[in-house]
Amino acid sequence: MYKYNEFDEGFVRERVAQFRAQVERRIDGSLTEDEFKPLRLMNGLYLQLHAYMLRVAIPYGTLNSGQMRQLAIIADKWDQGYGHFTTRQNIQYNWPKLKDVPDILEALADVEMHALQTSGNTIRNVTADHFAGAAADEIADPRPVAELIRQWSTDHPEFQFLPRKFKVAVTGSPNDRAVTKAHDIGLRMVRNDAGEAGYEVIVGGGLGRTPIIGKVIRDFLPQADLLPYLESIVSVYNVLGRRDNKYKARIKITVAENGLDDFRARVDARFEQVKPQFKGFDQELLAEIEQSFAPPAFRVAPLNTYDIAREKNGAFRAWTDTNLAEHRAPGYAIVTVSIKAHGATPGDASSEQMRVLADLAERFGHDELRISHEQNVILPHIHKSDLPEVYTVLRDNGLATANVGLISDIIACPGMDYCALATARSIPIAQEIATRFDELKLEHEIGELKLKISGCINACGHHHVGHIGILGLDRAGVENYQVTLGGDATETAAVGERVGPGFSADDIVPAIERLIDTYLERREGPEEIFLQTFRRLGMAPFKAALYPEKESAHAA
Amino acid sequence: MSRRPFAPKVVTANALLEGDAVWLTKDDRWSANMAEAELIEDEAIAEDRLLFAIAQPDVVVGAYLVDAKGTTNGPVPVHFREEFRTRGPSNYAHGKQVEGV
Repeated sequence: MYKYNEFDEGFVRERVAQFRAQVERRIDGSLTEDEFKPLRLMNGLYLQLHAYMLRVAIPYGTLNSGQMRQLAIIADKWDQGYGHFTTRQNIQYNWPKLKDVPDILEALADVEMHALQTSGNTIRNVTADHFAGAAADEIADPRPVAELIRQWSTDHPEFQFLPRKFKVAVTGSPNDRAVTKAHDIGLRMVRNDAGEAGYEVIVGGGLGRTPIIGKVIRDFLPQADLLPYLESIVSVYNVLGRRDNKYKARIKITVAENGLDDFRARVDARFEQVKPQFKGFDQELLAEIEQSFAPPAFRVAPLNTYDIAREKNGAFRAWTDTNLAEHRAPGYAIVTVSIKAHGATPGDASSEQMRVLADLAERFGHDELRISHEQNVILPHIHKSDLPEVYTVLRDNGLATANVGLISDIIACPGMDYCALATARSIPIAQEIATRFDELKLEHEIGELKLKISGCINACGHHHVGHIGILGLDRAGVENYQVTLGGDATETAAVGERVGPGFSADDIVPAIERLIDTYLERREGPEEIFLQTFRRLGMAPFKAALYPEKESAHAA
Repeated sequence: MSRRPFAPKVVTANALLEGDAVWLTKDDRWSANMAEAELIEDEAIAEDRLLFAIAQPDVVVGAYLVDAKGTTNGPVPVHFREEFRTRGPSNYAHGKQVEGV
């Protein structure tokens, strides 16, 4: 893992000291809220419905056990004993007190963490494939590049007041697990025909009120050109992006309004100016950073304990069937720990669970943990012979739910239970859907299904790219839930299509059940997942299932 | 020109230090209990009370006027968002619903 050098350490500590003084001045009245708000947002501090909320960055989703334990300590000491993992690989604390926040930031700095640029119109936490450095299908580990971008973008003097927030995601695998096409900039690590490493650069993707799938601005960008090219994109956007209208300020609108070709030409022109300013230090730095991400010393051990446990223990076998992914090292597996127990809040981990996960990472997992944008925790390097023991510990701590990739593995934003922007609640809907399909004992039969819920049009819950998406709205003072179908968050990204009028909170779960019944009746076999059936059949049968009265009235 | 009648309002905000929802009372306090809020039935008075609230940046943040209904137990919310603010989140027994306000 990357270790802070003296500069990083000094910088983060200085920012904490600055914020401590700013909080003091806010409390003693020398700063007004208008003056203070941009300062607190720079440090990830929001004011929500019931309390302040602190958003802490987990750069490219990577944590070690010491950091995870510190997150648990913070949850116990200054919050309500839990934290919420988000779709941008952050952790949010929902109940901090203003006066305590500088101490929390200090505690984060103690383990090389911070909340910088987790808000505001800056380049936000750089996200990456949560299987980075472990996945069998990976071309290269995206984390060194993500760390390089983090260092470049943190406190970048030109990019502290962009037209709007700016999100970057990186993947090193052709199977996109980082939703790169729904980011302001998405980077896919690729090799050209000559075998040289580079990036496919995707620009102008995003969800929110105007969902747009990102477009490829460069098929192959040589590795050495990365930072100057990124700087050129952001710099063109900084000048061209609309500051007159918040809803048209994201780069996706800039690209759409000016056209990709025009935008690319401007970036290329800017690149000619920017490139000579990069004299190779960035590449030296990248090489240095890469040293910190050397793979762990994988061991070779027999697998018979794993095979025997799978044979003898059905629950263990079911869990290994859903929660493991293929590792690049022989004998190893990537474990996705579901933070989606049926009926629990998606993405919420108690401090006790955080400690359990930290211990497992330390004992069995080469001290590494990841947070996924799907709000689960990953133990990226577990030898299969250790899986029976890892499973037992997880099970004893309510962390062995075997539902990864299934209908109850729901992404849900905090919604109106916490968020000041929300128009409806998300969490109770997620809880009810997960509970219902657990009761029906249907989810394994249904198979892979991505259900995603947002509590407002800003789409933090990624509903646009869910196979089934649910959007919570306020319709005449009542919570109302719209359904979209056919979204896809992967390399074949697509924005889901709205089926029709929304449903009340009471009617949304039965509506989802009707969709699933239709899928099960109409699929060609268990190997055809919901998304494929939808693509084959189109909207009609699902629409008929959602609005049976209307269809029959129409027929009559 | 006909105007819609003025809907009764309360002044609400978040407390600067704690961050929790608070309501302005008739005797110029900020209460964490909406039932203690002043129900304002006159538009001019509402504007005046809002200005009074905004002038206390060292106590509250983001003051605004919002619709409320009068009951024998004091004002209650009209919109579900405001109802959640009187109670706390629905997924845990945290916030006002367990703080005895």
